Amino acid sequence: MSAETMSVFSPRLAARFDALVEKYPVKRSALVPMLLYAQDEIGYVSDAAIAEIADRLGLTALEVRNVASYYSMLRFKPAGKFNIQVCTNISCMLRGAYDVLERFERELGVGNKGVTKDGVFSLEEVECIGACSWAPAIQVNYDFHDELTPDHVPGILSGYRGQANAKGGR
Amino acid sequence: MPRLVSHPDEVKIVTRRFGAGATNIDRYMELGGYEAAKKCMAQGPEWIINEMKASNLRGRGGAGFPTGLKWSFVPKQSTKPKYVLVNGDESEPGTCKDHLIFLHDPHAVIEGTIIAGLAIGAKMGFIYLRGEYRYLLEIMEKAVADAYAKGFLGKNVFGSEYEFQVVTQTGAGAYEVGEESALMESLEGKRGVPRIKPPFPAVVGLYGGPTVINNAETIATVPHVIAMGAAAYAGVGTERNGGTRLFCLSGHVQRPGVYELPMGYNLKKMIYEVGGGIRGGRKLKAVVPGGSSTPVLLPEEIENLGMDFDQVGKAGSMLGSGGVVVIDDQTCMVEFALRTISFYQHESCGWCIPCREGTDWLKKSLTRFHAGFGQEKDIDNIRYLAENMMGRTFCPLGDAAAMPTLGFVKKFRKEFEDHLNGKPCPFAKEGAVLTVV
Repeated sequence: MSAETMSVFSPRLAARFDALVEKYPVKRSALVPMLLYAQDEIGYVSDAAIAEIADRLGLTALEVRNVASYYSMLRFKPAGKFNIQVCTNISCMLRGAYDVLERFERELGVGNKGVTKDGVFSLEEVECIGACSWAPAIQVNYDFHDELTPDHVPGILSGYRGQANAKGGR
Repeated sequence: MPRLVSHPDEVKIVTRRFGAGATNIDRYMELGGYEAAKKCMAQGPEWIINEMKASNLRGRGGAGFPTGLKWSFVPKQSTKPKYVLVNGDESEPGTCKDHLIFLHDPHAVIEGTIIAGLAIGAKMGFIYLRGEYRYLLEIMEKAVADAYAKGFLGKNVFGSEYEFQVVTQTGAGAYEVGEESALMESLEGKRGVPRIKPPFPAVVGLYGGPTVINNAETIATVPHVIAMGAAAYAGVGTERNGGTRLFCLSGHVQRPGVYELPMGYNLKKMIYEVGGGIRGGRKLKAVVPGGSSTPVLLPEEIENLGMDFDQVGKAGSMLGSGGVVVIDDQTCMVEFALRTISFYQHESCGWCIPCREGTDWLKKSLTRFHAGFGQEKDIDNIRYLAENMMGRTFCPLGDAAAMPTLGFVKKFRKEFEDHLNGKPCPFAKEGAVLTVV
């Protein structure tokens, strides 16, 4: 397969991958970033993405899958357009993270790893995200929101919902 | 945006450029940036390593290994290329210091990496950030590009014949990758499982070449040590514990935040004066002194406790990663233990059976216990399980789960007993039951 003509990735990401594999003494070192960047674009690590990444790195699809399955941020089916990750680890827990999580569950009508019917939001309880001194904290995709109370939840959701509407959804 | 805090007792060395616009390379240079690296280039490897040794700087990732000594273990001659690997996979619960370093002072990380490269004779360095830190990775990538544009990185560093390349790397979610050998596996595009040691990374590391692996805070400290002089830096701390430390205060304190305090700073003072005491007028029940893997300390144990590697070690815990988690008297310690262990169960990579099975059974036992279905003998079983994990795994994750468990059971046995025989958790809100996924 010629990556240039048949890439499952956008031309921009394909070009980024071309450059990325050249940065390392060993091409395979690009694997973990490639999987994450592929997911950022497609929404999850698809079979087609795995096949193309394997091809680009001279690996088998099984080798790529074996690595991908190790990392907790990588997923193999779509999440919501905005993936809400609520940290409930100790520092966040002590400052009310479970109340924040509960409020998200109630507002969205989904539980852990659930996706809303319109596909705009998904919810996930996650481990420590490195914002302990500003707890409780969450990430929405890669954006941090910290020092939260349950009352912040509706505002956060409406902000992202507005973004989703402005872009016409997925 | 993480809030910056300040306290008069702070000694701002590593944090001195925080909030000063130092992500901009010109501003960084105005504030003295890249002068330390230039000085190191002029002085040579032996001088650098001696300075690092004299500074008493010890690894900020948690183990506290002397940085200069670590660098000196790298063989001078090597047929394979040598590497510097910066560990910014910051994932130990309670720890968020590297977060601020990448956010406010990315060039300090680059400059420290160059200095480490000069010290060991490496031509390439990697700066690895956890996958969740995407916005920080973008800050680092911009800083690296700016350093290349100035000629501080590349084929001719500072116009010399010395070549040094820096590559930034993202993880994709894995606590275990913070362990140095698993970090190398991940950077080689593999599952992040640990390697057996020896050989140590200083001899056989990344791509089989000699490799120095340092925590991001350690590396960001290096230029400051050079700039202020090793003796002055060592003078700030205590014996064998040079300089300052970024303490991440979290939990039930009035003023949580990341504070830079001298090594050896009194823990009680840190909680009550720097952190403003326990919020809501409650009482202190316990404190986790160095990230969630370090055994919990009781109020009476912190009276005269200086926060350096040796003193906290003597007190039966560890200084660890600098994550100080403060717990008030309304907290259920069985629940706290359960949440702590759930993390290690989730993050165990499964490579070593005592860790994979041990964390799983600990979580199961604690879940049952917290739900009120525990029996007296379960308390001893939990202890027995933890004791048999200690020292029986390739990497320290097994110990990281076992050590705090032993602390909880030993120091809060009474609270475990209060959960026996179907009694509801004495601290539970009405109708609330913790479910850990």
